[in-house]
Amino acid sequence: MNLATPSSPHIHSGIHITGMMARVCLALVPAIIAYTWFFGWGLCINILIAVATALCAEALMLRIRRRPIAPFLTDGSAILTGLLLAFCLPPFSPWWITVLGTAFAIIVAKQLYGGLGYNPFNPAMVGYVMLLISFPLEMTQWVPPNIANQLEIGFLDTLTIIFTGSFPYFLSIDALSMATPLDAVKTELGLNLTVSEIIQSNAIFGDFGGVGWEWVGNWILLGGVWLIYKRIITWHIPLAVMGSLFVISFFFFMLDPDTYASPMFHLFSGATLLAAFFIATDPVSASTTPRGRIFYGIGIGLFIYIIRTWGSYPDGVAFAVLLMNMAAPTIDYYTQPRVFGYINTDKNDGKKQSPESDTKDNI
Amino acid sequence: MRRLFQFHGGVQLKEHKKEAMTQPVQAAHLPKQLVLPLQQHIGAPAEAVVAVGDKVLKGQLIARPGSTVSAPVHASSSGTVIAIAGHPVSHPSHLNAPCVIIDTDGEERWHPDRHPVADYHKLPPEKIREHIRDAGIVGMGGAGFPAHIKLNAGNRVVDTLILNGAECEPYITCDEMLLRERALEVIVGLRIMRYALQAKRCIIGIENNKAAAFRALQEQVRNTGADFIDVIQVPTVYPTGGEKQLIRVLTGKEVPAKGLPLDIGVVCHNVGTAYAVYRAVELGEPLISRYVTIAGSVAHARNLDVLIGTPIIDLIEECGGNRKTLSRVILGGPMMGTALHDVTAPVTKTTNCILVNSTVGDVPLPSRDKHVMPCIRCGNCAVACPVDLLPQQLYWYARAKDFDKVQDYHLFDCIECGCCDYVCPSQIPLVHYFRYAKTEIWAQQHEKTLADIARERHQFREQRLERDKREKQERHKKKRAALKPPGNAVSKEEEAKKAAIQAALDRAKAKRENQQTEPKNTQDLTPEQQQKIDEANARRAKSNNPLINSALDTQNVQQDKHS
Amino acid sequence: MLSAIIALSVLAAVFGLLLGYAAIRFKVEGDPMVDKIDALLPQTQCGQCTYPGCRPYAQAIANGEADINQCPPGGETTIIALADLLGRDPKPLNAENGIEENIKTVAIIDEKVCIGCTLCIQACPVDAILGAAKQMHTVIASECTGCDLCLPPCPVDCIDMVPVNTDSTNWKWSFPEEADKQEKTA
Repeated sequence: MNLATPSSPHIHSGIHITGMMARVCLALVPAIIAYTWFFGWGLCINILIAVATALCAEALMLRIRRRPIAPFLTDGSAILTGLLLAFCLPPFSPWWITVLGTAFAIIVAKQLYGGLGYNPFNPAMVGYVMLLISFPLEMTQWVPPNIANQLEIGFLDTLTIIFTGSFPYFLSIDALSMATPLDAVKTELGLNLTVSEIIQSNAIFGDFGGVGWEWVGNWILLGGVWLIYKRIITWHIPLAVMGSLFVISFFFFMLDPDTYASPMFHLFSGATLLAAFFIATDPVSASTTPRGRIFYGIGIGLFIYIIRTWGSYPDGVAFAVLLMNMAAPTIDYYTQPRVFGYINTDKNDGKKQSPESDTKDNI
Repeated sequence: MRRLFQFHGGVQLKEHKKEAMTQPVQAAHLPKQLVLPLQQHIGAPAEAVVAVGDKVLKGQLIARPGSTVSAPVHASSSGTVIAIAGHPVSHPSHLNAPCVIIDTDGEERWHPDRHPVADYHKLPPEKIREHIRDAGIVGMGGAGFPAHIKLNAGNRVVDTLILNGAECEPYITCDEMLLRERALEVIVGLRIMRYALQAKRCIIGIENNKAAAFRALQEQVRNTGADFIDVIQVPTVYPTGGEKQLIRVLTGKEVPAKGLPLDIGVVCHNVGTAYAVYRAVELGEPLISRYVTIAGSVAHARNLDVLIGTPIIDLIEECGGNRKTLSRVILGGPMMGTALHDVTAPVTKTTNCILVNSTVGDVPLPSRDKHVMPCIRCGNCAVACPVDLLPQQLYWYARAKDFDKVQDYHLFDCIECGCCDYVCPSQIPLVHYFRYAKTEIWAQQHEKTLADIARERHQFREQRLERDKREKQERHKKKRAALKPPGNAVSKEEEAKKAAIQAALDRAKAKRENQQTEPKNTQDLTPEQQQKIDEANARRAKSNNPLINSALDTQNVQQDKHS
Repeated sequence: MLSAIIALSVLAAVFGLLLGYAAIRFKVEGDPMVDKIDALLPQTQCGQCTYPGCRPYAQAIANGEADINQCPPGGETTIIALADLLGRDPKPLNAENGIEENIKTVAIIDEKVCIGCTLCIQACPVDAILGAAKQMHTVIASECTGCDLCLPPCPVDCIDMVPVNTDSTNWKWSFPEEADKQEKTA
């Protein structure tokens, strides 16, 4: 008889990349709904464009590299990259921005480095940074919240704006461009206004973030916590990112509340929460050891704050993530866990092995 | 309440244990043939002491230990030895191993020399260990280390003797059934082991999913009044049954990386081994049978009391399996078991479970997906590893065949439990990579030893050739010297010659001077004769020959005399 | 202008002195590199690297005359180990020197054909052949390194290379080729 004789183990938990990616996408759905509620259909359309581009770009590259297409297309990583990148773009950005960014992310940042598992940098962030640097105008056309409700821009109208760049008769480009809360704070701090003045004077500021942005942030937070519960991601990176950002912003806020925004503001503005739970936790480009992940997260948090406060960009998430991606292998090397059985017994003459093992108590 | 500790990692597995525990354990049918491998233990293989054609009895010694770290093998039933040859066994290499093959006669006649020990307290521990060794007892949890060596503490003190009844792998229930049905015997065996080790206290560790076994053990501990024995339930996490992990959970201590549990005053044995010790010491029976679980795609999954050497296919068919539809047969559990290549392989002392997977089974084993994806560096493997290794790094370096780096990440501390493999989202066969790396490194070390020997031989050969060359040159020089005549020898010869010539001249002179007789023809010479003589003399005078001159002088003197 | 020249000259002098001092004070004596290289070579003494033995090849590498990828019996493992030792990049085995044989072989003499000429004994670099003139020759299998040097000299061609039997002492797990292949290509 022909018996199969593979090596043990002979069973598997059933955990699969596709399943993991699917759950991550699922965790983003509430946030997407909130976003659409506040900022219109732009995000949904962008997501569709981005995902389609991502899949096509990936298929093309796999073909050129002579790799099997089906398993890699169905693993869901390209879809997630498209989704995350679309989330980071302004909702009414032209279609070619989305296509360009996603294609760059998949082709250059992922496939050229070797495909799934081999990219040192987070592809979505690479795409975003490329767009930000190359097309600063289009990338800063953020919309004011509640625009969808106020101006009643429907689905078809959004499609028109995105694909043709022409606006419906009742809309002008000025009405659509509005600073994000972070933008506003940065610019107006430069104009020597204090933080509290900025917040009070500007209608876009809600309770602790921006109007609308807060809600999106809440749903991202909930989705992220669900992912931790489902063991798709671990708690180390999100806690480290948010913790370090909170600590440093709190420190400076205590120092001078007028010049430095509050920790809650920092946590709930921009892409902080998205980064903490969805972007920085991308396993391929992040650190892998538990202690290493904490250092990685702390680094990201610190860089976010530094770039926001003293750098020239309003939001430093993308750069912070890319910078720490570079450091990840070194962090991994220096944060290896202590292996079972390797305890320093020199000073203990072999009797007491670890702090918990005081056997006298256990009789 | 005893405080329990935790080890890092581990996974929760579906147990699948109830199916095989619905019936009490029965003896398996006597097989037609018994195949007894000479190596069922760690150490040197046993050496057969029977020959083909011998009739053997049940419990008779058929192979003696090959060295101190070895164990004997006994016949599991009476019959005739029909071969001592290679036979398929359960090993990933698919190689045959030397086995003693016995055709059973169905009578199950016992060997008469059964010597139980009446009161083991009366014998020194050393003798008890010998008795255990002679019974062929090895670690029955799967490793097969000769038990008598692990019952020898040397001059170290054993604080705690642990009996491992955790049985953490799914499907396996042989230890649990043993504890349910033979709790008293196990405890007696434990006491004997404690005596052999002179251990202080004992712990029997079982998982908390074994309620009936726990009750049985506690009852027997109470009945025997053994207050030095603690029966403790540990959380059901795989791989709590690993020796180092169980020791950590029960005592909080970690066995040092390159050391033994004895280094921290602990010794750990399997419950099955304790039962075998009981039978050896109290009943005088060698290790010839054990409980085995047969589970998976068989009609009646159950535990059987199986004779060592029973071919596996016999057991599968006894439990309602179909040999024609087998797709995979695993010896051991689904996480660490070996997939069998030939179902005629026998049950050995360390076989605990036969897991059957069939093409038409209703209990198929979920297996990994067909397609392996690249590693996404998710870290699930490191979270699950009970030894706190970084399986991801081990994988990268094993795959790159960088065997130095892989050892830097402590490859040889891996216990091959399979937790990392189990949770990998990319379905990478991690344990296979690690096993490949381990055997490759051993092979390389072996090659290095051979290379060192070859280098020595080569250097010696070079020296030998040098030496030969030198000696040849010496010999040549000597020969050349023997051919040429030396200067001193020649002058001596010449001197001798000269001396001989001179002596001859002297003799001639002396002779002449002594000559008084005149020649007769020198008187009355005619004038013509005289004239001729004068002419001849004149000629002689010219020649200057001393002899002639002296002769002439003599002649002249004589002529003057006469004239 | 002058001050700039003086400043730069002083700097150059200071650094020059520092470097000179460091060169003398921290000088590392040449370590026996040849021994280290030789320790990594398989000692087959086969000559496929174009040098008459492993030690001469090690010498050549240390002198920079030979490259690290000339040893077929050592194969990829040795190339990587040498690259590690010398701080160079590993490269594939040079095909001109031979191909890496994954099967270990030993020589065996067909005793019916052997004429006892001792030519193979003289050729064996590790003296693994036992015999004398007009006496039967035999290969000591445990000492044979599989270098093939005894095959050419034999006038009756009675030596064969046979693969070493795999048994439980030298069996190895295979490399997970299938998984590796799937992960990389179609």
